[in-house]
Amino acid sequence: MQDLSNADCIVIQGSNMAECHPVAYQWVTEARLKGAKVIHVDPRFTRTSATSDKHIPIRAGSDVVLLGALINHILDNELYFKEYVVAYTNAATLVGEKFQDTEDLDGLFSGYDDETGQYAPDTWAYATSEDGEEDGDPSPGTIGGPAAGHEGGGDGAHEHGHSKSERAAGDEHGSGGPALEHARVLRDETLQDPRCVFQILRRHYSRYTPEMVADTCGVSVDDFAYLAKAVTENSGRDRTTAFVYAVGWTQHTLGAQFIRTAAIVQLLLGNMGRPGGGIMALRGHASIQGSTDIPTLYNILPGYLAMPVAGLHDTWDEYVNAIGSKEQKGFWANADTYAVSLLKAWWGKAATAENDWCFDYLPRLSGAHGTYQTTMAMLDDQVEGYFLLGQNPAVGSAHGRMQRQAMSHLKWLVVRDFAMIESATFWKDGPEIATGEMRPEDIQTEVFFLPAAAHTEKAGSFTQTQRMLQWHHKAVAPPGDAQSELEFFYELGRRVREILADSDDPRDRPLLDLTWDYPLDADGEIDAEAVLAEVNGRHLTGDKAGQPLSAFTEMKADGSTSGGCWIYTGVYAGGVNKAANRRPGREQDLTALDWGWAWPANRRILYNRASADPEGNPWSERKKYVWWDADEQKWVGHDVPDFPVAKAPSYRPEPGTGGPDGLAGDDPFIMQADGKGWLYTPKGMLDGPLPTHYEPQESPVRNPLYHQQSNPARRVFPRKDNLWSPSGDEPGADVYPYVFTTYRLTEHHTAGGMSRFLPYLSELQPEFFCEVSPELAKERGLEPGGWATIVSARTAVEARVLVTERMTPLVIRGRTVHQVGLPYHWGVGSAAVVSGDAANDLLGVALDPNVQIQESKAGSCDIVPGRRPTGEALLRFVAEYQSRAGSTAMTGNELRTGHPESVPGTATTTKKEG
Amino acid sequence: MAFWRNQLSGPTDPAADAAWDRHEPRKGFFTDTSICIGCKACEVACKEWNGIPEDGLDLLNQSYDNTGALGASTWRHVAFVEQSSDRIEKARESGRRLVQLGMPTVRDSATATATLEAPGEVRSGAAAGPGPTDTAVPDVRWLMASDVCKHCTHAACLDVCPTGSLFRTEFGTVVVQDDVCNGCGYCVAACPFGVIERRRGDEGHEGGRQSHGITINGGGADPAHNGEVKNVGIAQKCTLCYDRLGDGQTPACAKACPTTSIKFGDLADMRATAQARVTELHELGYTEARLYGADENDGVGGTGSVFLLLDEPEVYGLPPDPRVTTADLPDMFRKAGMAGLAMLGMAAAAFVGRKR
Repeated sequence: MQDLSNADCIVIQGSNMAECHPVAYQWVTEARLKGAKVIHVDPRFTRTSATSDKHIPIRAGSDVVLLGALINHILDNELYFKEYVVAYTNAATLVGEKFQDTEDLDGLFSGYDDETGQYAPDTWAYATSEDGEEDGDPSPGTIGGPAAGHEGGGDGAHEHGHSKSERAAGDEHGSGGPALEHARVLRDETLQDPRCVFQILRRHYSRYTPEMVADTCGVSVDDFAYLAKAVTENSGRDRTTAFVYAVGWTQHTLGAQFIRTAAIVQLLLGNMGRPGGGIMALRGHASIQGSTDIPTLYNILPGYLAMPVAGLHDTWDEYVNAIGSKEQKGFWANADTYAVSLLKAWWGKAATAENDWCFDYLPRLSGAHGTYQTTMAMLDDQVEGYFLLGQNPAVGSAHGRMQRQAMSHLKWLVVRDFAMIESATFWKDGPEIATGEMRPEDIQTEVFFLPAAAHTEKAGSFTQTQRMLQWHHKAVAPPGDAQSELEFFYELGRRVREILADSDDPRDRPLLDLTWDYPLDADGEIDAEAVLAEVNGRHLTGDKAGQPLSAFTEMKADGSTSGGCWIYTGVYAGGVNKAANRRPGREQDLTALDWGWAWPANRRILYNRASADPEGNPWSERKKYVWWDADEQKWVGHDVPDFPVAKAPSYRPEPGTGGPDGLAGDDPFIMQADGKGWLYTPKGMLDGPLPTHYEPQESPVRNPLYHQQSNPARRVFPRKDNLWSPSGDEPGADVYPYVFTTYRLTEHHTAGGMSRFLPYLSELQPEFFCEVSPELAKERGLEPGGWATIVSARTAVEARVLVTERMTPLVIRGRTVHQVGLPYHWGVGSAAVVSGDAANDLLGVALDPNVQIQESKAGSCDIVPGRRPTGEALLRFVAEYQSRAGSTAMTGNELRTGHPESVPGTATTTKKEG
Repeated sequence: MAFWRNQLSGPTDPAADAAWDRHEPRKGFFTDTSICIGCKACEVACKEWNGIPEDGLDLLNQSYDNTGALGASTWRHVAFVEQSSDRIEKARESGRRLVQLGMPTVRDSATATATLEAPGEVRSGAAAGPGPTDTAVPDVRWLMASDVCKHCTHAACLDVCPTGSLFRTEFGTVVVQDDVCNGCGYCVAACPFGVIERRRGDEGHEGGRQSHGITINGGGADPAHNGEVKNVGIAQKCTLCYDRLGDGQTPACAKACPTTSIKFGDLADMRATAQARVTELHELGYTEARLYGADENDGVGGTGSVFLLLDEPEVYGLPPDPRVTTADLPDMFRKAGMAGLAMLGMAAAAFVGRKR
């Protein structure tokens, strides 16, 4: 994070960093004081814009066009960092002949399956000799083909589109690329071959021009030129540019592709793995990074190991081959050692080679089980109980009405929080009680409220945005019955195991065989450091039995090591809690390796081998970071080198060598299956190997690039309680003519559980308000300080009006598009110091296919003066709008534009469960 | 006579004037509004540390400012000012004129860099930035500034306090003693900045909404204790965290500020840092920058809280030319004396006349 202060230019886009990450923003302030240029691209002029050199207003959801135009500008004007691009990226790699681009197929890539609405990625694979190139060494399968398809000859039969999407494959590769079978690829280092990635990129983005940017994003040609100049002038050997994003990029139906576009820009400019470069993903809470590393997600296991999928990973061998082929380059080839160590950590002595380390204790995924699928399953009475831990879906999740109605179908609900949040009280004072849709006496859900300890009342670690673990000690005992999560789950597990102790039902074995033997501290509470030690892992046999592992490279696949999350190995090396390191910054250099501990191996900048040229020398004195010391024959520098430390830059492996040994001395991207940064993703993304602009699920604008309006691989849920506004020039689109976007303010925390119950924070932003431009206020007769009703195809909410020049009307192809800003912190309830309508109630549910995230940063609405109707009248008001717009369950849900049969659930489409 | 004059106006060492024989260097703030991000952490940290009650739950419709003003229960206040380009150009012009009048003095770059750079090693070349950043006039700007008690060199509140509740500390700051104040309110009228105020206990709750006061006994989140407000009727304002200073600590607001917009230290250093920063900004083309409270010859003898502003003080709700109300005392005494003498003379003349 502090490395941002080394940047010469910082582009903050899809993030309101100053407001949502004010502490991290000190490093942007620092960079600016040192002379860096800071540019904020955002629909609104925020506190971030106020402290930037320039604010560029943009239409919500159009970022791929802006970034794609940047790529086009860089390629057209030869502004890329050529040596870096050739040596360190897959620009030179050839792609198979069967690949067809969206430019060839009007918005679709090759491999789209109309039946399932999903892609089979086979044709995106790298070229091999089998495609007719000279190689002389026939490969055993299609490179880039599905890893699990070994025996099928790489035709993808074992992993067709449907199942891939269900397990949300993109998210599994959070710390690296997906598996390839091996790394023998064909390259043209002159970048001239029409099938090389570089030329494909050039063709793909050729229509992303500054004029297209103006027409799509509402960003003027001058503003685009300013951005392009700033970014390219501040990149290269001597200078670096950093990108910063948050959920303004992720929460879209092609969210993962927004970030991919930035990755392409940064790889072309040579800004990855270098000081002051990179792409900083800002996470929204204190340990959201930690809850991805050791996940609360359904589709991954700790350390980004895939959750096994029914039918694909039925046996241990199938699973191990799928998570990391021994023939691919880099450290994912050792995924079996990480998986075995994880299973040993969980099931200890019960996990043996004979029972495949209890692999069969792991559940198998049968489909997507993200939060929204779970919500809809509740509505279908398929879910009995629900734990809410630090989450307030009645306010914080998209489509609050659906969330609350779903919870009313539960048999039991456990809410662990600091205060009686709206998700604990919706059954008596929620909006649906007011409209008469639900009656407390009809709701059978038994709600248990369990008070939770605050972070000062328990010990543990936070993993923040730059993957750094920081330990917090318990300062005071929690009040009353409040408990830490650790204590709660330990006790829950203990009691459940006690109840099941005499069971001989095999389904209870996974619970009964768990290692659940944690030491207790003086207060009788489970010792958090003992859990950290378990996560770190230890030697189980031999001389070192019982000792902590010092690095994940010590992990073995023979059951002689354990470790709860391989990427965290080293945090407890030598029995020392390194997350608790707190040497002050003034006593060390800017990298500050003795403050906290960053995974992996306390490395602060990933892929930092790329900060040196192919020969191992720093690209420049100014941007010196990690380099090859020829005298000592090792990599040295300011950070922990992210490379096999003794591997010389000139090293070339025997062809066909897999794993870390297969990495050449100039393959800096050590987690990628070919050691290169991926401009083009032959595998791993479910909605295409290159980012392409699609409009949001709801948009007042037609896609100017393709006939295909929205991401054809997005996940939609055609339901009567999840209607959409017509988009573009469809009839009825003018009923919801404005774009709305939701966001947070500094003064509150997400759904308000940690802020609206505190007077000091509540008084700073006491009421739900909407931000509108003076032009829109005039157009709709909105009075400053008065009330406005905002209505979407889902519901209507009321907010106080804040008229401000910080909101800019954008001109999109001659038409003015207004945007409405809605902070989403308030909710309807009776326990908080301040309450109000919840902006997220306006949102519908449509998801990105890679990570199943909802599109909550762009929607369509109308805004009218005055307060909203109450009671049943509210329902009539919303229905009247839906009827005028002609919204039906079909609206907006055609996966392929112009193909009504492509709405999931219609007759010709394969029926999907859940 | 000079001593007495210094007690009421002009440059002086207030702690020495207050007869502290051994005292600390005068402490103060430098609030650099050019790097304020308006997070209000200063407001919250101040309330947390000092146990100040909540101050009203009304939406004020003043940009993002729902605090309104400094007062008995608001000791730090972040102002939010939205402006369009014409106003920005005027601010640049007025700032440029101030420079021509010689307001920012010679640049003391050593102080500036020491304060503004990160601790620790700065790698070679890392600070070799491209120099001037973009100074084109933007369409809009959003000023944010955290205001606080000025801890004046000549503090009118203290001068008029009849009970001695207000006193000058060994750090040169001005503090109310809650248990001495009788709530007379003379200080409220005397303060040229409108900072000090008596606590009513129901601030912002005219609408009958419940106050979420902070109890003396620390009722915490227990709703049963909500509404119990301490020090009702007593004059209240920023103490510059006198208790923290006594322990060698930084005041809560400066400690919480994530961008170092609020700096704390010896006032002499703060003034030097402020001068260096305003010079630097002018060199970069941001001529709208100017200092507030840094002039020892102003109407309050300079303040203990120095500000770097990006527009005229009125824009932020600050008086352009604050003047200690007691500065005129000598003149008033002189005039009153002369008037008295004249009256005596007239009376004498009247008697003389009657003899005739």
